[in-house]
Amino acid sequence: MASLAATFGRGAMTNGWVDIKNADVILAMGGNAAENHPVGFKWFLEAKKTRGAKIVAVDPRFTRTASQADLYAPIRPGTDIAFLNGIIRYALADKSRYHEDYVRLHTNGPYLIGEGYKFEDGLFSGFDAAKGEYQKEAWGYNPDAKTKAYGVDPTMENPRSVLQLLKQHVDRYTPEMVERICGTPKETFLEVAKIVTSTGNAARVGTICYALGWTQHSTGVQMIRAAAILQLLLGNVGRPGGGVNAFRGHSNIQGATDMAGNFEILPGYLKTPTSAMANLAGYLDQSTPTTLNKQGWASMNYFVNYPKFMISLLKALYGKEATRENDFGYAWMPKVDGNYSWMYMFDDMYRGSSMRAGGKEPAPEGFVTFGMNPVGLGPNSKKMIGALSKLKWMVVVENLETETAQFWKAPPEYEGGDPSKIQTEVFLLPASSFAEKDGTFTNSARWLQWKWKALDAPGDAKADQEILARIFLAVRDLYKKEGGALPDPILKTSWAYTNPVNPDLGEVLKEINGRALSDLPDPKDPTKILKTAGQQIDGFGQLMDDGSTMCGNWLHSGCFTEAGNNTQRRVTADPTGLGMFHNWGFSWPANRRIMYNRASADAEGKPWDPKRIGIQWNGEKWVGDVPDMKPDAPPGTFGAFIMLPEGVGRLYSPVLNDGPFPEHYEAIEAPVLNALHPMVTSSPVSKRFSTDKDKYGTADKFPIVCTTYRLTEHFHYWTQHHKNGRLNEIQPGFFVEIPEGLAKEKGIANGSQVKVSSARGAIQGVAMVTNRLRPLKIDGKQTWHIGFPIHWGFGAAEGHRGPLANMLTPSAMDPNTWTPEYKAFLVQVEKA
Amino acid sequence: MVMQSLEIRRSSASVWGLPSGIRTLPTVSKYIDTSTCIGCKACEVACQEWNDLRPVQTAQLGTYQTMPTLHPEFWNLIRFNEQNFDGGIAWIMRKDQCMHCDDPGCLAACPAPGAIVQYANGIVDVNQDLCIGCGYCESGCPFDVPKFHATTGKMAKCTLCVDRTTVGLEPACVKACPTGCLQFGTKDDMVALGNQRVSQLQKVGFKNAALYNPAGVGGTGVVTVLAHGDHLDWYSLPADPHVPILTRLWKHVVRPLGMVAIVGAVIGAFGHFTKFGRKEVPGSGDSGVQPPGA
Repeated sequence: MASLAATFGRGAMTNGWVDIKNADVILAMGGNAAENHPVGFKWFLEAKKTRGAKIVAVDPRFTRTASQADLYAPIRPGTDIAFLNGIIRYALADKSRYHEDYVRLHTNGPYLIGEGYKFEDGLFSGFDAAKGEYQKEAWGYNPDAKTKAYGVDPTMENPRSVLQLLKQHVDRYTPEMVERICGTPKETFLEVAKIVTSTGNAARVGTICYALGWTQHSTGVQMIRAAAILQLLLGNVGRPGGGVNAFRGHSNIQGATDMAGNFEILPGYLKTPTSAMANLAGYLDQSTPTTLNKQGWASMNYFVNYPKFMISLLKALYGKEATRENDFGYAWMPKVDGNYSWMYMFDDMYRGSSMRAGGKEPAPEGFVTFGMNPVGLGPNSKKMIGALSKLKWMVVVENLETETAQFWKAPPEYEGGDPSKIQTEVFLLPASSFAEKDGTFTNSARWLQWKWKALDAPGDAKADQEILARIFLAVRDLYKKEGGALPDPILKTSWAYTNPVNPDLGEVLKEINGRALSDLPDPKDPTKILKTAGQQIDGFGQLMDDGSTMCGNWLHSGCFTEAGNNTQRRVTADPTGLGMFHNWGFSWPANRRIMYNRASADAEGKPWDPKRIGIQWNGEKWVGDVPDMKPDAPPGTFGAFIMLPEGVGRLYSPVLNDGPFPEHYEAIEAPVLNALHPMVTSSPVSKRFSTDKDKYGTADKFPIVCTTYRLTEHFHYWTQHHKNGRLNEIQPGFFVEIPEGLAKEKGIANGSQVKVSSARGAIQGVAMVTNRLRPLKIDGKQTWHIGFPIHWGFGAAEGHRGPLANMLTPSAMDPNTWTPEYKAFLVQVEKA
Repeated sequence: MVMQSLEIRRSSASVWGLPSGIRTLPTVSKYIDTSTCIGCKACEVACQEWNDLRPVQTAQLGTYQTMPTLHPEFWNLIRFNEQNFDGGIAWIMRKDQCMHCDDPGCLAACPAPGAIVQYANGIVDVNQDLCIGCGYCESGCPFDVPKFHATTGKMAKCTLCVDRTTVGLEPACVKACPTGCLQFGTKDDMVALGNQRVSQLQKVGFKNAALYNPAGVGGTGVVTVLAHGDHLDWYSLPADPHVPILTRLWKHVVRPLGMVAIVGAVIGAFGHFTKFGRKEVPGSGDSGVQPPGA
């Protein structure tokens, strides 16, 4: 999601599930939608059956998705950037293969880049070898010294224009080089490139769909960047049937991220303050982007409204206690002083000291885990278990006893040690499941949809909000009674719920939407009152920065207005015929179904394709989908990407930690050296750890590439822990998919036991010998790859236990998101 | 199953069918498009849930397929098959279940009157009250569908969710299918849909695409779209299914002859009785045999 935000301005699926039916070409890569999103996958088939759309699947395995594809291309795990850069090169080689008018109008292709940017010998300029980081200042644009406007070259011929720099950057990715790196036969690659670039014009549209097969790499963010660049070149962003569509791995993961699922963000992707930002003015100054205009074209830079969103959030958090005089309670907010992503937290726990302060601060002594099973899903299971063994206490809030809840009784191969010596006190709080509480799910398409409680939770199990509320109220009581250090953040927190012990989630949703705290005058006519005090606001456009509004998440504003709970809407009418369903649930932002939809029209506001209208200018206003644009701003006023200071989509993005353009780097564990620059073989800024448990293997001992994945029959570790007879029946046991040739070489028969080992451990399971995985010729050498699913564990229901797949995965991470590299690592395979 | 409330077209081991009511019901059918089936097994679970079937203890045997064949507690099985062709691979997923033949071999083979019926709408069903569990239907079925349930002592198979379809609902598997590769409707509509999909497939390069609706069993109530219609073995489908000769022989020759023989025997016995009277067995009035516990 970091990648899409850096390219388009918002980190979410650009279009939506239903919209896939409008595509002419669907590239399924870095994901296996038929397996993991079978219900959404119906729209792939709808496009195929009704429009004759072509589905192209690029995957290391011939998957369930590949079984439905018109064309399948095999690829070595972890080499997707080389493949995508190869398509970008193919597109740029001929003007008929990319949408030039779109690129000129809606991307930073014509922008001129300063002389500071260079790419040489596998490194971008600004590399600080000591820190293992890039100094990104070198990558900036080249603004005019006097006007401060960007330099642009509308012909895009200037060698320092983004388009020419991109062309130069991808020039090395010839079809031969793609074959050498990815193992994809040149002919197959060219066939894929031809189909995908057939949408590089106004008449046709294509979509790219991905999931964790891209995210979970040490170069994951840049893989998605490559896809986003390709889609901008083809003119496919903002158009019905187009976009870069991230399929989220859970029913509500989009909602979790929107509501600050990561340490570095607050609700609505506002930034978590750092310890260097001492007061609100300084924080707002550093967080609000400056509008950057080029000649003759302004950027709306909607994030100039940042102070309104933040101050309304502070009012939601601290209520009446938040006043202008006390910076609206900004001082009470936690400030971060380093990396608090969970991988780093576990590293700290395992080490026994926090590396943020140079190893001088103590590690966390306690841990609360809600709806997450870090022992199962974290990489390098032995380290996960080792880390938890060092805690004083741990609270697990779950509806099932997961591996995390019973880490201390892991089998000996996990090297957790003697359970009687582990001092961690574990509290398992029984929680209700999704069906046992109300609330909303926010799906991949950013649709907030209310769900109603279906049944009561069993026994003592309580809903999450009640557990949180009871802990909060108990802690607040302790502060009230005993005082203690820094009581204010707790004591000043607003908790104005009708039932404070078990807040009604409808009430919480109202708080998320936001309301007027005093009468709001109409900005167009100050004699009129827009909202009276206490009324729900209509959307984030009404938020104020003077404390007269409150809002729990500006991005979700509009979900619960005076009209009611809009997430409960279920109107099936679709006047657009494009599957937008504006009166079904609520889609952020502002009930807009396709983001950046201004880019679906040309300079005059005419749709590129009159049959697939995103929005169009009718002479007075934009009509169609909810416009991603000031509704009455005539074409030519603002750029289409209103959340970016440039106002256009970024082919060149100077904000990520690993470069403005995507570059192929090998995985941290790879069978070959990087064919482009062997001296810088893997990403120079990817992150890894250095404890005794963080071992990384090499190809001499572990010559086989391995990847992990999920199965449609199971939901993570959940269905295995549950005594769910039916799902265990249809996918009963752990298995390892092994290509026929490799099985023959190793004397492994289908259905027999096989042992797989990596630098970190070994697991055993049933061999599934198949021709769906085939050897690839990498750099002239035959290379094997295998794979296995993640669902099993030592905590699964009796009769269904199996190894944790993550026993073998490495703790290597993407430098932007700190997502571990689950999808490409090295192993050895033998008969068990 | 209450026979009187149902409209029956044909009934096992009955010379005359039961009256089929006053309505003319269209023959219903299930459409399976193997070319858009993703093998998600939602239909397998839905079938078990709706029909209250118990989970079977299975094991991972080196395949995505749940179990080798249909099972008395598992009436809907996706068969997974990997086939190499044209340098590539096809991963075929085909829903295996009762085909609801127009001319059902199971019904022909069944010796128990009314134990297997074909309703007026074409659905073939086992009447659990009348089934004697002899297993003859299994040998009469060219698709190896009916399975003997050891606990109930009866035969079990897909009912085309007759308890749903007779009240206007689609079968449970169709309801659960996420891709729309399963549809339910009249046979005419489903065949039309199938033909349409087949011609679509032929246009995009599957020249041998076909609709499986074999004539040997009078056509099937379950019509299946096959992208590779020239390779029925890839789908584990018989090329020319028909009711076995022995079953036909049994139904049309042996059984009527048997009936004649029985009737002849009865007439003979009656003649014997009228001529010679009751056979006297010495001491038959009080044999001295006591019922147990008396």
